Amino acid sequence: MEEKNNNKFSIIVPTYNERLNIALLVYLVFKHLRDVDFEIIVVDDGSPDGTQEVVKQLQQLYGEDRILLRPRPRKLGLGTAYVHGLKHASGNFVVIMDADLSHHPKYLPSFIKKQLETGADMVTGTRYVKGGGVHGWNLMRKLTSRGANVLAHTLLWPGVSDLTGSFRLYRKSVLEDVISSCVSKGYVFQMEMIVRASRKGYHIEEVPITFVDRVFGSSKLGGSEIVEYLKGLAYLLVTT
Amino acid sequence: MKHVVKILTLVVAITAFWIGLLQTSVVPCSHTWLLPIYFIVSLGCYGLLMVGIGLICFPTCPQEALLLQQDIKEAKEYLKRNKIDVGSD
Repeated sequence: MEEKNNNKFSIIVPTYNERLNIALLVYLVFKHLRDVDFEIIVVDDGSPDGTQEVVKQLQQLYGEDRILLRPRPRKLGLGTAYVHGLKHASGNFVVIMDADLSHHPKYLPSFIKKQLETGADMVTGTRYVKGGGVHGWNLMRKLTSRGANVLAHTLLWPGVSDLTGSFRLYRKSVLEDVISSCVSKGYVFQMEMIVRASRKGYHIEEVPITFVDRVFGSSKLGGSEIVEYLKGLAYLLVTT
Repeated sequence: MKHVVKILTLVVAITAFWIGLLQTSVVPCSHTWLLPIYFIVSLGCYGLLMVGIGLICFPTCPQEALLLQQDIKEAKEYLKRNKIDVGSD
């Protein structure tokens, strides 16, 4: 029995200086989710480039009930952006995704389908399986990604293949539950979310996604990032 | 049960097994003393192997970059038609 028509999806998109990308993203979401009840919640952290003005124009075009602009005064972090977005979410499911089109809206139907088929509490996109993949990553980035992944899997036994991905669908009540117990920052935050959800026994499914990095070759990896990651792993090892 | 407790239990079990081997001398003592080192080295090799295989079999999708460019073009045309001003790229 199809319950598709009873589900509403709140798509939370944190933005900072994504004037062009947010407009492209909104167009593509509407293109790929034609028969779906959804809303897009843009959490903008005081972008100086006019992102909010563009969102207001999009609201005129698509309707203020489909596009919600819920800004904040300045950069306040990703975790709190999700919490802020959640407060305004009227759907029973929540999608989180990046604004820069590294997460392509064409995968949204496959997230929804997977959840309907399996009744999962969470569906996470994975770049590391067949059907998924990345583009625009140099060898160094791939190496650190794999190394970090193997280490995290050996220590944490998480039950999912992609720990740091941030393209995910959550049942709203599950997101609220998990996010309240997470304290990390950055991509360790994404890892903490999924590990805590796994420990709490929530049903997690994966779908392959492709990740296209348009800024070719930029690798923000320094010694301090590696140290932060190891500290984050140790913290997760002991507290989850 | 917390995850770290699971891991510690595993470590304790393996250590107990190793001590048991030392005491009963099923395997010659000189060999048994080296077992922890063999274990750690194997673990390290396994890790390196997984990273190596993962690196070789890293799924890539160059065609997706092209598709994305097409999507962007299509989106820009639509936005222009509807007079959404996004400035220059």
